[in-house]
Parts: sequence; structure tokens; C-alpha cells
Amino acid sequence: MSEAVDNEKRNFDPYAIPMDGKFNVADGFLFEADEQWKWFERLRNEAPVHFCEESEYGPYWSVTKFEDIMHVDKNHGIYSSEGGITIVDQDEDFPLPMFIAMDPPTHDVQRKTVSPVVAPMNLAKMEGLIRERVCTILDGLPVGEEFDWVNRVSIELTTQMLATLFDFPFEDRAKLTRWSDLATADENSDIVETEEQRREELMECLEYFGRLWQERAGKPGDDLISMLANGESTKDMLERPAEYLGNLILLIVGGNDTTRNSLTGGVLALNQFPEEFDKLKANHDLINSMVPEIIRWQTPLAHMRRIALEDTILNGQTIKKGDKVVMWYVSGNRDEDAIERPNDFIIDRDKPRHHLSFGFGIHRCMGNRLGEMQLRIAWEEILKRFDHIEVVSEPKRVISAFVKGYTEMPVILHAKK
Amino acid sequence: MAKIKFVQFDGTEETVEAENGTSLMNAAFDNGISGIDADCGGECSCATCHVLIDDAWVSKLAPISEQEDSMLDLNPDRASNSRLSCQIPVTEEIDGIVIQMPEFQY
Repeated sequence: MSEAVDNEKRNFDPYAIPMDGKFNVADGFLFEADEQWKWFERLRNEAPVHFCEESEYGPYWSVTKFEDIMHVDKNHGIYSSEGGITIVDQDEDFPLPMFIAMDPPTHDVQRKTVSPVVAPMNLAKMEGLIRERVCTILDGLPVGEEFDWVNRVSIELTTQMLATLFDFPFEDRAKLTRWSDLATADENSDIVETEEQRREELMECLEYFGRLWQERAGKPGDDLISMLANGESTKDMLERPAEYLGNLILLIVGGNDTTRNSLTGGVLALNQFPEEFDKLKANHDLINSMVPEIIRWQTPLAHMRRIALEDTILNGQTIKKGDKVVMWYVSGNRDEDAIERPNDFIIDRDKPRHHLSFGFGIHRCMGNRLGEMQLRIAWEEILKRFDHIEVVSEPKRVISAFVKGYTEMPVILHAKK
Repeated sequence: MAKIKFVQFDGTEETVEAENGTSLMNAAFDNGISGIDADCGGECSCATCHVLIDDAWVSKLAPISEQEDSMLDLNPDRASNSRLSCQIPVTEEIDGIVIQMPEFQY
């Protein structure tokens, strides 16, 4: 707790300190306070490829311009994902291999096994069920009375969706939310007391999913577990439990935190830019371009990391073999050289899908169309029911330099007149 | 200059004329042809400008690069005539080419 108290007294002004090797943006408290923007603005202007010599995650490069991020993301032969995709290094004694953190060829074969579940053809089949679940959640909300949007809507909706994709026992679905939070918990957060407890709970996750695997092996099905248990390149994965757990966590986090925080972020954005809310109410067709704009504006995962496999030059800086390179999507999405008026939320942008939130290259988000579909359906149904959603006080944000999201956002729904 | 015929998934046909040196992706974009998203803007990094090349034309195009191959591979619906339209330059040699749009972009 002492850290939290100190934090309140902290000076978050990036211009109050020198731009040198100690300039460190990888700080969960900075994101919790929503104070990271000026830090990234300064990096983009003064040191777009910047080396931080020391941080709690060790030394790392920050890449903050849109074009440079695209370059790193594209060149997977130089910038490797092997061993981890966040700034936090994997525990050597508790490794969780997952295909997003692998290079070709293993990455390619494993990804191919599970990607059909979120292919557009499959999504079209799921749309009716998703809409039904969205409607049930929205119809149960109180009007004219304060409640927490994160808990009642964002978490509930994305967890139900995830349970659907896994064909996970519906009554146990809260476990999925818990495992998702655990997997990405920052050591400064209060999500879990100790590392031992975290591991223990993750082992429970593995056991639970191990039972689902056993039930489904040999019986082909459309859910993610059946696909893994019966897929040619993954059907022996249960013999490598750490890898099974790693990929489960990838799918749980990928399908949960990201959409959850975009559902909350969209409501917040429309409150900060009320003229956009008016535009939307006047023309519901704008949902289609608003959805990718929400995903850009929110950038639910702030970064992805790579390791240089060889000495290389990036925008004039020499990156050494073995160096950790962090692509700050959250910064590239606010880069004025790539996006017009990047800090503004504009629901009718010309090319709204030209953003970094899904990454580019071979690790590009596999579930991007699913996430967009969930947000689209949610907004279609919200606009049918309510006049507007009023954010009544500042949301509480996640303490993390990776998951850029919200733990709580009090709102009041206003009925249609 | 080359004439390019785009055939939508529902069978609608549109023919456009494109300048040499541009890409098939831009030729579609500049002429308001739907069916291509091109999220990355022509960087061969998102695979949302996927098209299917009429069989008679497949062998007349430049071969698939390693980068294009790895991006196409992300698509479970990849076919033997799948290409990314951002990677195909418009030249005199492709005058008359016929391009099929897929049902979905990923």
C-alpha cells in the first residue's frame, strides 16, 4: 500500500525530468493515472526510438511512431516474438509457451488450427446468439440509477462470449474472468496476493480445461477446445501442459480484456466528445466506422514486445542482438504524422481501420473481426434502448503498462424520450 | 494503362482502367470498388486486400514473396489463386485481368 500513497504524491510531468536513459514509460501507475500521453508525445518528438537503461523490467527500447512500429511488426525475421510478447519476461521456472509468443514455423501451424473458429464464416453463424445475449444483459439494466458499467455490461458480455467460444460450462463462466485478470495481473495490482497464489489458480485453470479436453478428444466440434484436442498440429498438446495453459491464457486474454475495455472505452469516449454522440444518434449507420475508431482510441493493449535476433538499425538507432524492443501501439495510434487529429475521437473517419491496435504482420490479432462484431452488436442494441449513457465520475483504470483498461466506471442510463 | 475487371462475391462486375505502377489494391480503392479493406494501407501486413485471381492470369503475375506468403497463410480460406492485391503492380501485361473478390476479408 505504501507504494500507492507515494504514487499520489508523484510528479507525472515528463517535461520535469531529462530525456535520457532513465526516461521510463513502462510504469503501470502512469497508465492508472492516465498520465502517459504527454510522456509518449515527448518520446515521439524527441526520441522516437529510445533506449531506457533501467526499469523494473530491465533495459528496453521504446518505439513510439506509427511507421516505425509497422516496420518492427512486419519484420518478424529480425524482431522475434519467441518467449514473450509483453515487456515482462516470462518466469523461467513457470514458462507458458503460446503461439503468439512463437516464431514460424510453430506459430503458423498452431495458429492455423484455432483461427477458423473466429473466421468470418463462423462469426456469421454466431451473430444471432451474441445478439440474444447482449439483449438479455441490456434489458436487465436499471434506468436512471447509478451502476458500474464495467461489471454489469463489459465483463458480463465478454465473459459470456468467451464461454460460448470455448463451449465452457455457462454457470462457471466467472472463472474465465478471474483467470483472465490473473494472467495479466501487474505485480503492483491487488488482483492477487502472491505469485504462489497466482500459479496455484492458474493450475486450477489447467486442470479444469484438462477435463474439458478429455471429454472432447476424439469428438470433433466447433468450439476452441475441440479444435485444439482434435487438430492435427495440436492434438498432442495436452502432453505439454504448460503449452496448453499458455495457449488457453492467450485465447482467454485475447477474447476478454480487449473487448471488455473497448466496450467501456467507447462509452467514455462518447461522453468526452458529446458532439460525436449527437452524430451517432442522428445516424446509427456510423456504428460501422465508430467501432474501429473506439478500438484505436482505446488501444486496449498498450504494447507488444519483440527481441532483436541480430544487430539492426531502426530510425537511426542501432539496436543490438538480444535487445528488448517495445512497440507502443498506444503511442503510434496517437501519432499526428499518421493520423489526423489523433487525440480526438471522430466516429466518421475516412480510413478508420488504419490503426495499430490489432498489430500488423503475422501476429496480427486473430479475433479482430469477432471483437468488432461484439462491439457493433452492443452499440446497435444500446442505441435501440437508451437515449444516452452518462458517465457520472472518472473511471478507475487498470494498473498496467500492458492492459490499458478500466476496473470501474459509474454510469446512469437515460431512457429514450 | 490496363483494364481490370473486378467480380464481387455476389457476381456484380465492374471494369476500371488503372495507371501503370499503381497496385491492384489502389486501383480498386481509387475507383470505389468495395470488397477490399486494406487496413495496413499497402504494407503487406494485414491480408485484408485478399483477392482471387482468374486462373488464366495466375501464372502471368510476379511470384509470391515470402512476406506475402506468410500473410496469406493467416487466412483459413486461402486458395491456390489467392493473392494480396497490394502486392500486384499494374502493368501492360495484366491488361484484361479478371479479379474475384472473396466473401469476407479477415
